[in-house]
Amino acid sequence: MSRISKAFFTALWFMLLTLPVMGIKLNLMENRVDWRLDRVLYLGVAAFFLSMLWTWLFSRKKRNLPLIKAPAFIKIDFYGLSANRAVRRGFFASLILGLIAVPLLASFYQTNIMISAMLYIMLALGLNIVVGLAGQLVLGYVAFYAVGAYAYGLLHQYFGFGFWICLPVGGILAALFGLGLGFPVLRLRGDYLAIVTLGFGEIARLAMLNWTSLTGGPRGISDIPRPGFFGIPLNINEATIYIYYLALIAVCLTVVVVLRLKNSRVGLALQAVREDEIASEAMGIDITRAKLSAFALGSCWAGFAGVIFAAKTTFINPASFTFMESAMILSMVVLGGMGSISGVIIAAVILIMAPEYLRAFSEYRMLIFGAIMVLMMIFRPQGLVSGEKRDYQVSALARKEADAQ
Amino acid sequence: MKKYLAGAALSVALGFCVSALAADGTIKIGVQGAHSGELASYGVPSLNAVKIVADEVNANGGINGQMIEVIAQDDECKPEKATSAATKLISDGAKVIVGPICSGPTTASLPLFQNSGIIAISPTATTPALTEEGKYPLFMRTVAKDNAQARLTSDFMLNKLKVKKVAYLHDNGDYGKGFADYNRELLEKGGAETVLFEAVTPDAVDFSAVVRKLRRAKPDIIVFGGYQPVASKLVQQMRRDRLTTPFIGPDGVKDETFLKMTGKDSEGVYASYPKDTSSLESFKRATEQHRKIYNTEPGFGYYNAYAATLALLDAIAKAGTAEDTDAINAILRENYVDTPIGRIKFNDKGDAAGMALSIYQAKDGEFVELEDNIVLD
Amino acid sequence: MDIQFFIELFFGGLTRGSIYALIAIGYTLVYGIIELINFAHGEIYMLGAFTALLVAGALGVYGFPTESILLISALVAVIWCSAYGFTVEKIAYKPLRGAPRLSPLISAIGMSIFLQNYVLLAQTSDFVPFPRLLPPMEFLEYIDYIMGPSDFLILIASALSMGALTLFIRFTKMGKAMRATAQNRKMALLLGINADRIISLTFVIGSALAALGGVLIASHMGQVNFGIGFIAGMKAFTAAVLGGIGSIPGAMVGGLTLGLAESYTTGYFSGNYEDILAFAILILILIFRPDGILGKAKVQKV
Repeated sequence: MSRISKAFFTALWFMLLTLPVMGIKLNLMENRVDWRLDRVLYLGVAAFFLSMLWTWLFSRKKRNLPLIKAPAFIKIDFYGLSANRAVRRGFFASLILGLIAVPLLASFYQTNIMISAMLYIMLALGLNIVVGLAGQLVLGYVAFYAVGAYAYGLLHQYFGFGFWICLPVGGILAALFGLGLGFPVLRLRGDYLAIVTLGFGEIARLAMLNWTSLTGGPRGISDIPRPGFFGIPLNINEATIYIYYLALIAVCLTVVVVLRLKNSRVGLALQAVREDEIASEAMGIDITRAKLSAFALGSCWAGFAGVIFAAKTTFINPASFTFMESAMILSMVVLGGMGSISGVIIAAVILIMAPEYLRAFSEYRMLIFGAIMVLMMIFRPQGLVSGEKRDYQVSALARKEADAQ
Repeated sequence: MKKYLAGAALSVALGFCVSALAADGTIKIGVQGAHSGELASYGVPSLNAVKIVADEVNANGGINGQMIEVIAQDDECKPEKATSAATKLISDGAKVIVGPICSGPTTASLPLFQNSGIIAISPTATTPALTEEGKYPLFMRTVAKDNAQARLTSDFMLNKLKVKKVAYLHDNGDYGKGFADYNRELLEKGGAETVLFEAVTPDAVDFSAVVRKLRRAKPDIIVFGGYQPVASKLVQQMRRDRLTTPFIGPDGVKDETFLKMTGKDSEGVYASYPKDTSSLESFKRATEQHRKIYNTEPGFGYYNAYAATLALLDAIAKAGTAEDTDAINAILRENYVDTPIGRIKFNDKGDAAGMALSIYQAKDGEFVELEDNIVLD
Repeated sequence: MDIQFFIELFFGGLTRGSIYALIAIGYTLVYGIIELINFAHGEIYMLGAFTALLVAGALGVYGFPTESILLISALVAVIWCSAYGFTVEKIAYKPLRGAPRLSPLISAIGMSIFLQNYVLLAQTSDFVPFPRLLPPMEFLEYIDYIMGPSDFLILIASALSMGALTLFIRFTKMGKAMRATAQNRKMALLLGINADRIISLTFVIGSALAALGGVLIASHMGQVNFGIGFIAGMKAFTAAVLGGIGSIPGAMVGGLTLGLAESYTTGYFSGNYEDILAFAILILILIFRPDGILGKAKVQKV
C-alpha cells in the first residue's frame, strides 16, 4: 500500500513540476494561452507506473537480484553455448558471412546505414579503449574523429593525396593529437580530465570554424573523393559497396586489435589503472606509459573512422563534430558496458539503427539517449553485456570466506 | 573482388528496377530536410508545402492519371545524416526531390541524386557554389543565392545610402558568413572601407562588448550575416546602448518574429528579401491552404517549396512521364510557371529566373518594401 | 588609450560576469559537498528562463500589470527550478552515492541531454521572444551608454542574492551545517547533520540562483531557446574552476574575471575568440592550477 501511495505522490509531484513547460503553450499570434493539461495528466499516469517500477527495480538492486530474470521456459544456456568453441566459431562464421552478403542483398540505402553503423562501432570501440579499459573519461573524442576527417579533406585539397595515403596519415595524426592531449592531462583526476577533454573538443571545433583560410570555416570541404579501386574509378553505388567492405575490414581489424589489446600486458595494465591508480603504480605499472598508449590507441581509431567518414560523405564541415556527437559515442560505450567489446558493438548498432528504422523513435532519440545514460548508471553500470572482468579465485581465501558465512 | 563488385552493382541495379516497376502507379516526390531536432522549424514548412500541393493535385485526379506520393526523409540539416536520407529517398524510388533544406546537406546529397539521375530543387539552400560550379545539372533552387542578395544590398548601400565605412558582423555559419563576405567583396570594390569584420557567438549571454566596439568603429552601416535570433538580440542591445547606426541583413532577418522580438528597436532596419508577391493569386491560395490545414501562418521556406513543387509537377505533366529526367529538366528550364514567388523558370545554372529581390525597411513594426530591387535572370 | 571605451567594456564584462557568477555558485556548492560536476546545471538555468517566459506570457495574456509580471514570473521560475534541481538530484545522483566517480558524471551528462530535449519536445526548437517587462529607469539616463535598465537589474539582483547567500552560509544553522558537510561529510554525519538534507539543500539553492540568472538573461537578451544552457553552463563552470571550485567567493571572483576577460578580448581583439578564450582558460587552469585563484590545494585521499 505504501508503495502505491508513494507512487501516487511522486506522480503528483511530477505533474506539478512539469506543469509550466508541458502544460502551457503560448499562442502569441492570437494572444492566447493553450492549457494542455491532458499532456500533464498522461505524464502523471506514466510517472505513477514508472515510480512503481523504479521502487521495484531498486528493491531488487538492493537485494542483489538480477534486474530481469529470464523466464524459466527459456532453457538455452547462453553462457554454456558461448563457451562451446564449435558453436562460437559457427556463430562468428555465419555472422561474418552475413555481413559480407549485406551489400549483395540489401538496398543501397541499407548498405549506407550499415556503413554509418560500422563507423560508429569503430568510434565506440576506440573510445572504449580509453574509457572502458583505462577508465579515463574523455568527452571530446569527436575531435580525433574530426582530425581524421579533416586530414583527408585538407591533404586532398592542398596536395591531392588519395584515400590510401590519407588513411594511415589520418590515424597517425589523430594518435599524435591524442598524445598531445594526453601529456598535459596525465595527472588530472577523472572528472577534471573529462572537462579538459570536453574543452579540447570544443576548441578543436572552434578552430576548424575560425581558421577559414585553411579549413574553409563553416563552409567546410566538399568534393572529397571516394576511394578508387586500384585506380579504377567507381560510380557511387560501386564506391559505396567498396566503402562498405573497407569499413567491414576496418571493424574486424578493430575488434581483433582491441581483443588482443585487452588481454595483453598493456591492456591488463590499463585495467589495473582503471581499478586503482595508486595501487597499480605501487605494483610497478608505468602509469604514464599506460595512459598515453590508451590515448594514442583510442584516438588512432577515431582518426581512421574520420578518414572513412570523409570518403563516404565527400563533404565535411565543423557542424558534424559537436559535443553531442561525443556524447552519443559515449552513450554507446556506457550502454554496451564499459570494457565489453560485444556489448559496445551491440549498443552502437542499436543506437544507429533504431532511429533509422523507427521513425517515431527518431524524434525522441536524444531524449532516450539521455535517459539511457542516467538509468544505466543507476541500475546496470556494467552495461548490457558486462565487461568480462577476469576473476581470480584464490582457493584458500575462497574457502575461508565460505567458512565465515 | 571485382566479380563481387560487379555482382553487387548488378543487384543494386536490379533493386532499382524492381522499385521503379513497383512505383508504376504513383509518382513519388521525395522531401529531404530537417523535420525533427533543433532546426525542424526550417524544414517542416517545406514538407507541409509539398504535401499541400500533392494533396490538391491528387484530389483533382493526379497527373496524367498517376497519383502523387510524398515520401519524407529527415536529415536534421546534418551532412552526415543527409547521405543516408538521400540514399533512402533513392532506394524508395523517389523520382524528383524537393530539398534538401540546408546548404551543407545539399552539398553532401547532390552527388547521390546526380548519379541516380534525380532532379532536386532546393527551396532554401543558398550557397552560391551549388549552382555556380555547374557540377550538378540536375539541381535547381527556388531561392536567391547569397551573392545575388549581396549584389542587391551592396548596390543599395553604395548608391542609395552612400556609405563609406562599413562594419560586418556574422554568426560564423555558412549562410551568415557568406553574406558578410560577399558584401565585403562588393563594397570594398565600390570603395567602402571595412572598419570591422567579426563573428559573434550566437549563444553568448550578452553582446555589449561587440556593440561598444561597433560604436567606437563609427561605421555608416552595420552589415549583419545570419538569422533572426542573433539579429534581434544585436539590434536590441545596440538600440539600448543608443547606437543608432543603420543595420542591414539578409532574408534570414526579415521575419515576423524579428519584429515581435525587437519591437520599436526594429525601426529602420533594412533587409533584403524576395519581392513582395502577396498580391499574386497563387500566393493567396497557398497561404489560405496552409491556414486551413495547419491553423497557423506558413513558416520559413514554405512559398519557395510550394513553388518548387508546382514547377516540378508542371514539368512532369508536360513531359507526360516522371521517368524521363532529361525531358523534365529541359521543360523546367524553358517553361515559365506561375508560383507564389512569381513567374519563374530555371536558368542554365539552375537558379530561378524571374524571381525578384527587394530591399525592405522596418517601419512602425512592419517591413515595408522599398523601390530598390533586382530581378534575377 | 581610450578610457571611455575601457570603462564601457568593464561594465559590459561586469553584467556578463554576474550572470556567470550566479550560475557558477551552483556548480561550486555541489562540488564542495559531493565532489560532483553537476553537468545538468546549465539546463536548470535554461529551464528558469523558459519557465519565466511561459508564466510571463500567460500572465500577459490574462492582462496582469507589467510590473507584477516580472516579479511573479521570476518567483515562479525560481521555485520551480529549485524543485527541478531537487528532483534531478533525487533521480540522477542520489542512487549513485558511493558509486565509482565517473558514474554520477555520466549520469549528469545524460540528465543534461534529457532536460534539453524535454524542453525541445514539450515546447519548441525556435527562439521564443521574452516579453519586455522592465520599465525605463530615469536615473540611468546619464550613463545609459554604459548601463541600461537590464544591466542595472542584473548587477543589483545578483549582488543582493549573492550577499544573501553569503550571510546564509555564514550565520544560519543550515549554512553552518552545509559548511560542516563540505569540510568533512563523515564527521558531519557523526554530529547528527542529515547529509541527505544538506545535499538536497545545496541543489535547491544552486538551482534557485541559476534560475534567477536565467530570468535576468532572458529579459536582458529578449529571447529564449532550449539550447542556451550548454554554453552558459560551460562558461559558468569555467568561472567556478577559475575561482577555485568549492569556494563560494571563488565562484563570484571567477565569474567576474571571466566576464571581464571575455569583454576585453572582444573589445580589443575579436569576438571570434570569445569561446576559445573561455575553454583555453578552463584547460590551462585545470592543468596548471586545478585549485583556482581562491581554492586551497587538496591532498589526494587514498
